[in-house]
Parts: sequence; C-alpha cells; structure tokens
Amino acid sequence: MFDFGKQAVFILGSYGVTAAVLLGLVVWVVVGERNQQRLLNELEARGISRRGRTRNDD
Amino acid sequence: MRLSGRVIPVLSVVVAAMFAVGLYLAANAPPDYQQGETVRIMFVHVPSAWLAMMCYTIIAISAIGSLVWRHPLADVSMKAAAPIGAAFTFLALVTGSLWGKPTWGTYWQWDGRMTSVLILFFLYLGLMALWEAIDDYSRAGRAAAILALVGFINIPIIKFSVDWWSTLHQPASISRLDAPAIHSSILTPLLVMAIAFTLLFFLLHLKAMRVEILKRRAARLMMQATQPQAQFQPAE
Repeated sequence: MFDFGKQAVFILGSYGVTAAVLLGLVVWVVVGERNQQRLLNELEARGISRRGRTRNDD
Repeated sequence: MRLSGRVIPVLSVVVAAMFAVGLYLAANAPPDYQQGETVRIMFVHVPSAWLAMMCYTIIAISAIGSLVWRHPLADVSMKAAAPIGAAFTFLALVTGSLWGKPTWGTYWQWDGRMTSVLILFFLYLGLMALWEAIDDYSRAGRAAAILALVGFINIPIIKFSVDWWSTLHQPASISRLDAPAIHSSILTPLLVMAIAFTLLFFLLHLKAMRVEILKRRAARLMMQATQPQAQFQPAE
C-alpha cells in the first residue's frame, strides 16, 4: 500500500513504537480505573463506608 | 469526578477522529525534497517532543498549586501526569533516534538538545520513584513538587539548546517570530497530529487523575478498616 523505500524500517518503526506506547497508556488508565473501582466496591460491600465509620455502626 | 465522567466519552471520540484525519494526512503528505520519506517521522516525533515539555510544564504549575495552596487536586494532577510525560519523552527520544539514523547517519549524539531531553526523561522517572518511595501522600507531594520545580529549569534549556550550542538538531521551524519554515503540505498534517496528541494527553491525564483519586479513596478506606473498631463508633 505505502512504499517508503529503503527508509521504511525507520518510518514504520517510529509509528509502531508510538502506537504501542500510546495504546499502553490507554490500557494503563482503563485497567487502573477498573481495578480501583472494583477495590472500592469490595470495600463498600464489606461495610466500610466513606463517612469515617463502618456501615454496621449506623 | 462527575464532570470528567461526562467529558471523557466526548473527548475520546474527538481524539479518535483527530488521529484518523492526522494519520490520513501524514500518509498522503509529499516526501520532503531533502529528507524524502523520512519526513513522516516528524508527524509523531515533534508532537511527542512538544507534549514531553508541555506535560512537565503542567507538572510544574501543579507543583506550585500543591506547595502554595496545598490543593489536593494539584497533587493528584502532578502524580497522574508524570508517567504520561515519561512516555511522551521516551517516544521523542526513540522516534528522534529513528529519524536521526537515516538523516544524520547516527542514532544518537551527546548534544544539547538530545542530552537535555534525556535528562527530562530521568526527571520524570525520578518524580515517579519519589512518589513510590514515600508512603504519606502529603509528604510525597511536597517532595515531588520541590523536585518538579527545580527540574523545570531544564525546559528552557531544551527549548533554546539548539540556539545556544552547536548541534545536529535543526533550530525551531514552527514556533518562530516570522512565518513557519515548513511548507503547508507538511505543516498541516503536523499540526493535526499535534492537536490529536495534545487532546490524547488531556484525555489520559483526566483518566489518570480519576485513577489516582479512586486509589486514594480506597487507601483511606483500607486504613479505616484496619483501625481499631472503637475509633469509628459514633459518640453516645
């Protein structure tokens, strides 16, 4: 499709590394948010509320 | 959190559209009369380098917010931006090397521009390490803010290194007092890609800030769960 000649390895290498790093950042934030949300839900399910005391105390 | 929850889906669509247009323009840009096809590396290298510096500037502004006003969001912003800045700096270094080999005949040279960008990369790693080394969020925030402000001296050094010292790197081609020294057929894809990269940065930064806020909330709850029960009993 594209003919970058002798320089193709440098051009495709640059775009490949860029795509990998940017996708890595996207996965990092998406997975990070999911994990933290899951942890928070687990804690809340155990009765630990955000108001400074456990739910059982209410 | 609620506002960012509404902004993120819209911003994601805009980022995807800008990248689609930018990559199309980058693929169809004419070869440069001197560099040939390798000029296409510029469309990912230059935005990465700009973002590497912009991200550090945002960290330095957040550091002022953290030190002067003790604003917790400034702390969160600073911590969330560091890995993203490190990633963009890494990209600037790697794509610069891959552009340098066919253009200058070398992957690397210890000149002012390249060395100062490498120092920027180490500064990002230092900030990340500092955050991980200190458990207390507020102490870690203060230490990181001081390091961030001291390290900010590197940003003007990066910018003006090509004017101050003899280097293989070309001087500024776009941010000049007169007109840009690049033909519009190459300047347009570059600017579209730069906008795409910048919007992606803001999207990632927003998401990373949300992750950090959730992490702090979870840490607080876990600490609360391990405290003696009596401490949380309501007053009679």
